[in-house]
This record gives sequence, C-alpha cells and structure tokens, in this order.
Amino acid sequence: MRKIGIFARGFAVALAALALNGGLAQAQTLRIGLAEDPDVLDPTLARTFVGRIVFAALCDKLFDIDEKLNIVPQLATAYEWSADSKALTLKLRPNVTFHDGEKLDAAAVKYSLERHKTMPGSNRRGELALVASVDVVDPMTVRLNLSAPFSPLLAQLADRAGMIVSPKAAQAEGDKFGAKPVCAGPFRFVERIAQDRIVLERFPNYWDKGNIHFDRLVYLPIVDSTVRLANLRSGQLDFIERMAPSDVPQLKSDSRFKIAKIVEIGYQGITINVGKSDLAQKNPLGKDPRVREAFELALDRDGIVQVVMEGEALVGNQWVAPTNTFYAKSMPVPKRDVARAKALLAEAGVPSPSFTLMTPTTSDAQKIAQVVQAMAKEAGFDVKLQSTEFATSLDMADKGQYDAYVLAWSGRADPDGNIFSFDACKQPLNYAGYCKPEVDEILTKSRTARDPAERKKLFEQLAAIALKDRPIVYLYHRNWLWAYAAKLSGLRTVPDGLVRVQGLKFN
Amino acid sequence: MLAFIVRRVAIIVPTLLFVTILIFGLQQLLPGDPAVVLAGEERDPNVVAYLREKLHLDEPLPVRYFYWIKGVVRGDLGDSLRMQKPVSELILEKLPVTLELAGFAIVIALLIGIPAGIVSAVKRGTAWDYGANVVALWGLSTPNFWLGIMLILLFSVTLGWLPASGFVSPFEDWRANVASLIMPAFVLGNAIAAVLMRHTRSAMLQVLSSDYVRTARAKGLPETSVVLKHALRNALIPVITLGALELGTLLSGAVLTEQVFSIPGFGKLIVDAVFNRDYAVVQGVVLFTATAYIVLNLIADILYVIVNPRIRFG
Repeated sequence: MRKIGIFARGFAVALAALALNGGLAQAQTLRIGLAEDPDVLDPTLARTFVGRIVFAALCDKLFDIDEKLNIVPQLATAYEWSADSKALTLKLRPNVTFHDGEKLDAAAVKYSLERHKTMPGSNRRGELALVASVDVVDPMTVRLNLSAPFSPLLAQLADRAGMIVSPKAAQAEGDKFGAKPVCAGPFRFVERIAQDRIVLERFPNYWDKGNIHFDRLVYLPIVDSTVRLANLRSGQLDFIERMAPSDVPQLKSDSRFKIAKIVEIGYQGITINVGKSDLAQKNPLGKDPRVREAFELALDRDGIVQVVMEGEALVGNQWVAPTNTFYAKSMPVPKRDVARAKALLAEAGVPSPSFTLMTPTTSDAQKIAQVVQAMAKEAGFDVKLQSTEFATSLDMADKGQYDAYVLAWSGRADPDGNIFSFDACKQPLNYAGYCKPEVDEILTKSRTARDPAERKKLFEQLAAIALKDRPIVYLYHRNWLWAYAAKLSGLRTVPDGLVRVQGLKFN
Repeated sequence: MLAFIVRRVAIIVPTLLFVTILIFGLQQLLPGDPAVVLAGEERDPNVVAYLREKLHLDEPLPVRYFYWIKGVVRGDLGDSLRMQKPVSELILEKLPVTLELAGFAIVIALLIGIPAGIVSAVKRGTAWDYGANVVALWGLSTPNFWLGIMLILLFSVTLGWLPASGFVSPFEDWRANVASLIMPAFVLGNAIAAVLMRHTRSAMLQVLSSDYVRTARAKGLPETSVVLKHALRNALIPVITLGALELGTLLSGAVLTEQVFSIPGFGKLIVDAVFNRDYAVVQGVVLFTATAYIVLNLIADILYVIVNPRIRFG
C-alpha cells in the first residue's frame, strides 16, 4: 500500500514537472480558447465569425460599436454626411502607424477600401457596393462618394469593411497577405499554426497603448466545448468564448471563474420556402400564410429556449432582439395558442398539414427541430425531420429543395444586415424566396434614411408586413457566454460577441 | 532481383494513377457546392462566382481532374482556400505531429499489450488471465472520445497534472511536448493494446503447446527462459505484423482523438477540410497517405524478397 502511495506521488511530481514548464515566462500572456479555427486572416477575404474575434486585437477599424450598439470612433475620429447623404467625410486619427511602421493616412484608407472593393474573391465588395469612389481630401481626411444614400455604411465600417491594412505589406504579399497580416491594431501578428494556435504580440506604438495590458495573446481553437472548459478549469486558458449553456450552473459555483453574457445581435430561426421553388406551392406551409401563422402559434418559444439553450437565450420574433432600439414594439412575441392554431388550420382547409423540417447536424439545430416537431404536433402538424450536413443543407436551401429549414444568422450591428439580404427580392441569403415590392420599397427607404427615428418607423412598417408573411419564423437570440479566470478584469460585453482586448488585464 | 524491383516499381505508376482518379471521383460525390461553403456566411454572389472560376467548378469533370493532376505531377498539390496556404506546406506541418502521436501510441500499446498477453497465456485460466481479458475487453469497447474526456477531467481538471489539450512542438519544449501527448497517446494505445493482447495471448498459447517448447522444458530450462526466449520470439511474428498494420492506420489520422485533444494532426486536417469542402486539402492529404502506403508496401515486398529468396520466383 505504502509502495503504491510513493509511486503515485512520484508519478504526480513527474507529470506536474512536465506540465508546469514555462509557466513563469507566460505571466503576461492572455490565452483565449476559440470555438472554431478562424479562416484566412485577411480582412478583405475573411468570412467567419470566429476570425473577427482575432481581428478585434489585430486590425483596428474606422469605427467600432459599443455595448449599446452605438457607433464609436476608432481610426476615424469624426464623420460628416453631405446634405444629399451621398458623401461621407471622415477625419482620421493622427499619429497612427501600422505594425510595419508605415503611417496610417488618408491614402492608406483609400487603398484599403479600394482593395476591399476590387480584390478578386473579396467578401467586402457587397458591403461596400454603394461606395462609388474614395477621395483623399487631405492627408488626414477621406471622402467616400456613394452611388446612392446608404445609412448602414457606418456600421459596415465598424466591421471588417472598415479595417485598414498597411498598403506596403498588402502590395508586397498580394493574396498571401492573410498569412502575415499587417494592420494597425493593438497587437501584431507573430505566428499561426493552422488548427493549433494564433499568436499575437503587443504593438508598442499602438495609438491607445495605455489601455493594453498584455504582452502576448494566444488564440487556441478547441472545438469541443467540454474540452475548452476543461482547459479553462485546469488553468491552460484564461478565457473561453461560447461556453455550452449546460456548463453554466457548474461553473457558477466555482469562485475561481467568472461568467459574462450578452444577448447576441444575430438570431435563430426557421426559414420557410415561400417562393424559392415550385415546392413552395406544393406545400400548405409555403402556400398559405394562415398555415404559417398556425405553425408559429403552435410554438412555445420559452419552452424551446429552456430545452435547447437551458434558458441562455432571449425569446424573440423579429430580426433584432426585443432589447434592440429598432425592435418593432407593435409586433410583440406571440404567445402560444394551440386552439387558435387549430382554428386557422381548419380555416385553411388543412387540419393536419405535413412538411419536412431540414436541420444542419449541429446539436442545437437538432434539438430545436425535435422540440418544434413535438409542439407543432399538438396543433395538428406532421413535421418530418431531415438532418443534413451543413454544406449540403445550404446547397439544398439555395436550390429551394426544402420546405422549412432551421438556420441561424450571426447578426450585424445595423438591422439592415439582419434583414435586407433575407427579405429583399432575389437577394443571396433570401432562401425563403420571399419577394414583395412594398417590402423592397421600405427596405430601400430604410437604407436611404439617416435619422434613427425615421428608420425605426420604417422598420415598424416592415415588421407589420414581413412578420405576417413569415418567410422566417424567428425563435430566439442566444446569449454569448464567456467564461474566464476571476483574476481577469476590464471585460466589455458587446453584443457582436467579439473579445475586445482594450482594458483587459489581470488583477 | 533487379527485374523484380523494376517490375514492382512499374506497377506503382498505374496504381497511383488509379488512386488519383478514385480520390478525385469520390470527392465529387460529396453534395454541396464548395464555392457556396467557402464563400462564408454572407455568400456574396460575386465571391461565389469568383470561387467557382478559381476552382474550375463550371468545367467538366475530366478537365478539372486534368488541372489537378497537372499540378500534382509537378509536385504542386494546390492551395487550401480556407487557410490560404499550400497543401504541401500543411502536410509537412501536420506530418511530424501525427508521426509522433502514432509512435507514442504504438509504444504504449506494445508496453501494455504484449506483457498482458504473455501473462494471460502463461497463467491461463487463472484470475490473471480473466483480469487481463476484462481489461482488454474494456480497452476495445471504450469509445476514444469518452475515455479522452474522462482522462482530461481527471488529470487536467481535478489533479492538474497534465495540460487538457493542445500540442507543443518538441523543439520548443520537449517536456511540454511529452506532457501534451501522454493522454492522447494513451487513448489511442489503449485500444490497440487490447487487440495486441488478444493476439499475443492466442499466439503464445499455440506456441507454448508446441513440441519445441516441451523439449525446452524437458531440457530443464527455467520457465522464464522458456517463455521469453523460446516461445515469445515465435509468437511475436504475427503480433508485429499486426502492430505495423495498426501503425499504418494511426498515420492516416486519429480523427476523434485529435479532435478531443485539439492535436493539429492529419485527422483534424482532413475532417475540417471535408466539412469546409476544401477540396485541394482533401485530395492532397488522401493522395499523400495513399502514396505513403503504397511505397511502404513496396519496401516491405522488397524486404521479403531479400529475407526470403523463395519469393523471387513467386
């Protein structure tokens, strides 16, 4: 017995010695666990949400958004719209340099915006489609000339489209820029081992360096949420994004860690094929708005949130969350009403409509589908589930080979980013095949109007039409769930789910 | 001898050609438009069109195959569109990781499997035998991902002895490297150990009942000498063949284990590439592993000939 004890202790010491190496040298390193491996780190080509988390430390933008989704200055200190809303003049922050020592001036901004617009394969082209040209007014002033008024532009410039890259590095590297990005953020690129880690180090000449308290940032993609959490609990990570809702109670009771949460700007919903293909007319759900209303009335959103998200989400019925300024208060979240749903189905002449609900194979989507199936059954719906690998499901949705589809959207700061591409005729993300001239008209007006109050009114009008047509039945808005070591302070919870490193420090 | 080798090498060319056709053809069966997947959440039609052109998706299958094979012949496996990196570079980056993990795993499997097999054969019908069998059965029937998570919870979260996941290069810090590989290697080795144990046991039982072992015992040799020197050597031949086969399987990537422990090896590379429809990566990695298999087989064949001249005329 004693022998075993000695052996176990010796083993423990050996293992601990192996594990603890280098721990002291990393005192000022912040290690962040990501839920996925980011794609290419080129702001022009990037396309994943998780990549934006890394960009938040690597590439500053013209603007940023705050906790309340207000547009706040970053590389641009002031802006002014022309009277006809077709020109936006930006004053740039003085004395800002890129990681390679080059100066960030109006010419660099012009270069970056034009790169976003013209580079082959650019994912920013659509976001800046209405920017016709960029003028250098003086070394610290640029003017963006638009082909038509476009009020969501500021919000676009507060995301990847507003990231400014070093022209010198971008010209030298071409389409390989993402392998060694050079921007003007608080941290500069050190190395990346695909699927393993991204390492950044503090940029000593950052314009806001007083707010940066770490020497190094290490991003580690760990797909499995249990393993991500285990890394946090064992001290290998200081911060994890997107923890599983089911892990919240367990971690809450542990004083070594803290949890932060904020309602996302995106949504989880069910897209219905109302006109994407002939299938829409063959199915009562796609054909008859009354059947869709009955379907929505059959759903208990609170129940869905409890089962799928363990309560870690806010129920919603619109493209923005009820906490958003642009939420249409005239169209509140409907309560479940099975009797009314049955009556509507009887009125539509289809007491037991049947349709197939396609879901990607993620566990959340599968759970939603199962709960929805059970709830809708009580109203008379016969919902068949079809779980399909994500890429395949997108392909089928794009071809209109589906009745209904569980699909989430990560969200954009301006409501336009959550609705235009989904509800305007023939837009790329309009999987529902929804098309109504009056909707298009309101959407266009909402892009022209600059006054928030006026836009709010337009979104109310839009909600009155689109929420009755139900090309998408919105279900809820998830909480971004972050867990981190209790010694970490200065965390800001912004609804876009990005981890802002400014102000973050160990106590 | 030389003619034999030349003949064997000549067969490789059509075999590899067939393999490339198979890899390319099978991949086309994957549903879903790679351009749409690669275009990201926004799926901007301009980007989709650009990617379709870049990937030659609008051209007929044989033409696309030609584009690919033209590059392969020149040693260019193409670029990963998702990671914006040459596939050959990715392979070189991941190969050492997978090799090291596989090596560790097989060592652990041998260290557990063979002694357990010997003990259970020698102590046949006793508690030792049953105990070893139970352990083997447990090793075979425990899912890798479950065992992995349990080990993480015990050794990383509760005891804090080992890092929960990730990989550290041995050139950076060899102790951290060993620490990062112990658990994944044990998980992989554990399952293989069970197979090795079962095979060692049955091979040993057969050998132990053979005439020459009886002779050895009759000569009055000590039992350890009979078992380890005389019996084990012969019993090990099938076991080593099996071990080599298992090693081959490990080299093509241990998908689930790499996923659980976030080990950036072949398995993770290829699975992520399939889900992201990063065709160049899938094709490149599969072609690389297939080529490695074929070449290793060739070497084995040549070694057989050198060792056993009778095969030359076969």
